[in-house]
Amino acid sequence: MFKKSIMALALGTAVVLSGSAIAQDKITIGVSYPTPTHAWASGMNWHAEQAEKRLEALYPDIDLVLVNSPDPAAQASALEDMVSVNKIDALVVLPFESDPLTDPVINVKKSGAFITVVDRGLSKEGIEDIYVAGNNPELGRVSAQYMKGRLESGDNIVILRGIPTTIDNERYDAFMAEIEGSGINVLDQKYANWNRDDGFEVMQDFLSRFPDIDAVWAQDDDIAIGVVAALKQAGRDGDGMFVVGGAGMKETIKGIMDGSELQPIDVLYPPAMLATAMDLTVASFKSNGPVAGRYILGATLINKDNAEQFYFPDSPF
Amino acid sequence: MSDTEVINKQSKRAFRLDLKAMGPALALLILCIVGYSLNSAFLSEGNITNLLTRSAFIGIIAVGATFVITAGGIDLSVGSMAAVISGVMIIIMNNLIGTFGAGVTTILIGCGCSLILGVGAGWINGVLTTKGKIEAFIVTLGTMGIYRSLVTYFADGGTLSLSFDLRGTYRPVYYDSFAGLPIPVWVFIGVAVAGWVILNRTAFGRYCTAIGSNESVAKYSAVNVDRIKTTTYVIQGFCVALATIIYVPRLGSASASTGVLWELEAIAAVIIGGTVLKGGYGRVGGTILGALILTTIGNILNFTDVISNYLNGTMQGLIIITAVWLQRADWSKKKV
Repeated sequence: MFKKSIMALALGTAVVLSGSAIAQDKITIGVSYPTPTHAWASGMNWHAEQAEKRLEALYPDIDLVLVNSPDPAAQASALEDMVSVNKIDALVVLPFESDPLTDPVINVKKSGAFITVVDRGLSKEGIEDIYVAGNNPELGRVSAQYMKGRLESGDNIVILRGIPTTIDNERYDAFMAEIEGSGINVLDQKYANWNRDDGFEVMQDFLSRFPDIDAVWAQDDDIAIGVVAALKQAGRDGDGMFVVGGAGMKETIKGIMDGSELQPIDVLYPPAMLATAMDLTVASFKSNGPVAGRYILGATLINKDNAEQFYFPDSPF
Repeated sequence: MSDTEVINKQSKRAFRLDLKAMGPALALLILCIVGYSLNSAFLSEGNITNLLTRSAFIGIIAVGATFVITAGGIDLSVGSMAAVISGVMIIIMNNLIGTFGAGVTTILIGCGCSLILGVGAGWINGVLTTKGKIEAFIVTLGTMGIYRSLVTYFADGGTLSLSFDLRGTYRPVYYDSFAGLPIPVWVFIGVAVAGWVILNRTAFGRYCTAIGSNESVAKYSAVNVDRIKTTTYVIQGFCVALATIIYVPRLGSASASTGVLWELEAIAAVIIGGTVLKGGYGRVGGTILGALILTTIGNILNFTDVISNYLNGTMQGLIIITAVWLQRADWSKKKV
């Protein structure tokens, strides 16, 4: 929603400023992020490429340079090249890791560039002009709220977690805090490493171990695919059983649009966040209002009513 | 030396060998008792079936690895190879729907391609090791990276998914049973028996052991070392392809995270089973037990919340080391 309003804002400004914009030099914006190695990241890559086309068509004087890097060292080199070769006016960066990329980003800032940091914060404060990120605790909280709405006190759930990381802890802790006092029993939680195969095996074992499970929080759409396969194999996918995933995979969203009972909702961890950051960075050059600040994107609950606006059939995710 | 002494010595030796052979079986038995005592559902029919089916992937690959390792080689590329073969197989089958429909023909062509790819990939590993005179570790480390990045590339960084039209046809290969056992388990049994016969009852098997013991001696004994070694990698590739054929119908997808660390699990299964890592001695039966032990550890850890999730790796490591120690330590030494 706010993306739309910014676009409208930016459009309006573009019309007003078009006279001066033509006279201006080209604005080069570097966009640096890790090479996609999993589905969510490749969805992010797709959205970023779409945003590049859209923004460059909208503003002829904007040049976006997208570079992805396979490791932190390569990303640091890519940032140096952006300053020396591309002479960027602004940088949108999703750091591979916080610590090794803090200094390289500071160096870019010293060249006078506008800095937008996405998702993974840097190790020092006050470097970035704009910060855009998803909301991990909110993802856990929204999932738990949905569970509370569907389940009664005394009902049993199992939880499949991601990889032991801060991201996973934030989601899990917020979920547990929200569900506390509701009387819903968490039978057990195990790591499924954001992986379909692990989701399948862990769920198989949960099903052997617990004869009575009412719902599953799989936290992630990849894990949920494995969970659903295990439920179907055991023939325990009926009786109001439901699985809550997360992220916003297109197949999951399609299922929600088609009225799936097993996966009736999804909780968004927007793969378009890099595109959003690119919009905001362009707006910082084009908008008549201040844009700098921290933008924490919502972990929207996707259900049958709103699924369509999150469905991107051409995206790899 | 009197006759009785000789007999005594022989029986002692037979007993010692038995204990060594029994090591992995003993470890598996202990694990099962632990599993059952934690939760009686561990020995339920459903869980046993799950365990056996799950072991099939690593088990089949590990039978291949037994040949490679017995002949003194190593193959680190099997996990990535499984991933890339799964991916290519999915692409091929999806594209054939237009020509052959979503029937058995498409699946069979897909499986055929998988076997050709597996054999081809194994042959490349073998030839680079023997004719190219590059250490197997380096060759397969290289191909491991190549295959892994290829599957990422084919999947565009995301996930390759089998068309839903085909899933209905292909699904039974993983989920259906024959005579009470799931099909993957039958494949596993078939591979295990074939592997045992080839390693223990054929000239090829003896050559593998001979090369692993001492490559130069084997060469002077007129064994075609290069050909035998290349063949072990081809067998490995074939096994990976078989594992892939029963893996794809499970979730119908392949991605960059498919088959990660399968190579280490396969090697661990082989070593737990009693095969010597530096070559010269191989046991297919042990490998099967090794694969079962590894799967059982994961299964048991999912059956209990006594141990912190963070310590799963620690438990796995401890059990693997203990299992190998049980069979390697020379228990009868003190008595002699």
